[in-house]
Amino acid sequence: MHWRSEKIDGFDLSPPDDEQVHVLAVDDSLVDRKVIERLLKISCCKVTAVDSGIRALQFLGLDEEKSSSVGFDDLKVDLIITDYCMPGMTGYELLKKIKESSTFREIPVVIMSSENVMARIDRCLEEGAEDFIVKPVKLSDVKRLRDYMTAREFRVKNQQIGNNNNIKNNNKRRLRETCDLSSSPLSMLFSSSSPSPSLSPSSLSSPSSPSPCLSPLPSPPILSYSAPCSPTSLDSPTRRLKMSSSD
Amino acid sequence: MEVGQMQRTWVEYTKSLFREGFLDGQFTQLQLLQDESNPDFVVEVVSLFFEDSERLLNDLTRALDQQIVDFKRVDAHVHQLKGSSSSIGAQRVKNACIAFRNFCEEQNSEACLKCLQQVRQEYCLVKNKLETLIRLEQQIVAAGGSIPIEELSFQGYKVKL
Repeated sequence: MHWRSEKIDGFDLSPPDDEQVHVLAVDDSLVDRKVIERLLKISCCKVTAVDSGIRALQFLGLDEEKSSSVGFDDLKVDLIITDYCMPGMTGYELLKKIKESSTFREIPVVIMSSENVMARIDRCLEEGAEDFIVKPVKLSDVKRLRDYMTAREFRVKNQQIGNNNNIKNNNKRRLRETCDLSSSPLSMLFSSSSPSPSLSPSSLSSPSSPSPCLSPLPSPPILSYSAPCSPTSLDSPTRRLKMSSSD
Repeated sequence: MEVGQMQRTWVEYTKSLFREGFLDGQFTQLQLLQDESNPDFVVEVVSLFFEDSERLLNDLTRALDQQIVDFKRVDAHVHQLKGSSSSIGAQRVKNACIAFRNFCEEQNSEACLKCLQQVRQEYCLVKNKLETLIRLEQQIVAAGGSIPIEELSFQGYKVKL
């Protein structure tokens, strides 16, 4: 069943506002901002899109010397996704600033880039980036992130909340995940580690459906190295598998 | 023209655009992002692309017209155009930009001017095609039909909604 039909039927299964994943998207390109915003919204995320690293820091309250009156909890940014190549502050510089901040360093940061350069990817991962997406960004990329966020929230919540509330949260997770027929991020990792069906960049040549509800498109090998989560350790969110050799 | 016929025309036209390389899979991604809650998404993105591209093409013309060409600046503009064309699936524009960047690196003014001409040509072509496609879609919707995206099938790959 396609997840969108749940909304069309008037039965809104989207989680309440404070439960929604809030993503801060940073990209200087107007076209790309429009696309990433839609990709995220269609994946049930709340989106704030800004056009520069400076604006992102302003939004987070990081650029002010005095501590922001808005507490971290109020802002509740769950994920930052940023373009790498931007005038002024690059995505890499933004990443560093965020990881240097005691308040915000726990927020996962994903880098997007049109350039598939190993050195760049390594540098970003070393600096603490959660994942690296090669542009153009597709539904399957965002879905992978979304599933990672869901699993992560699930783990965090189970750590923080007692048994009573666990049952309530499990039901919420189950509701949100009914539309996710594809299973855990680990299985996604396995499916995406198969070789790309063709050399063409066109996703049309892949045999699987691009619907956000069904199995994700096999991503090109470059994306498969990032293990969105291992179910066990909470304290190493940046753990990932070594990258398998790309074509 | 009745709806069924318009829909068939749309399918054939769309397929031809993919076949001839004007559009690639990223355009399909955009079509999939359009639904009842966002019925104009593709038109909106494509319009942004047109505005963006025209601005960049003007900037490029000006930059290459200078006595001393700032190739870094030229490259930056081409990089942007390459990015946005890639994001909407305008494959031939993107490829023309890739070639253009190589000549920026070589700091070859004459070759760059030729590339600019090429990019502009590809842009004009895809702009016409997309406008035709959008017009077809609007006619279908106005006649009460829906855009039959599920009819697109390439190399045995079926688009499922």
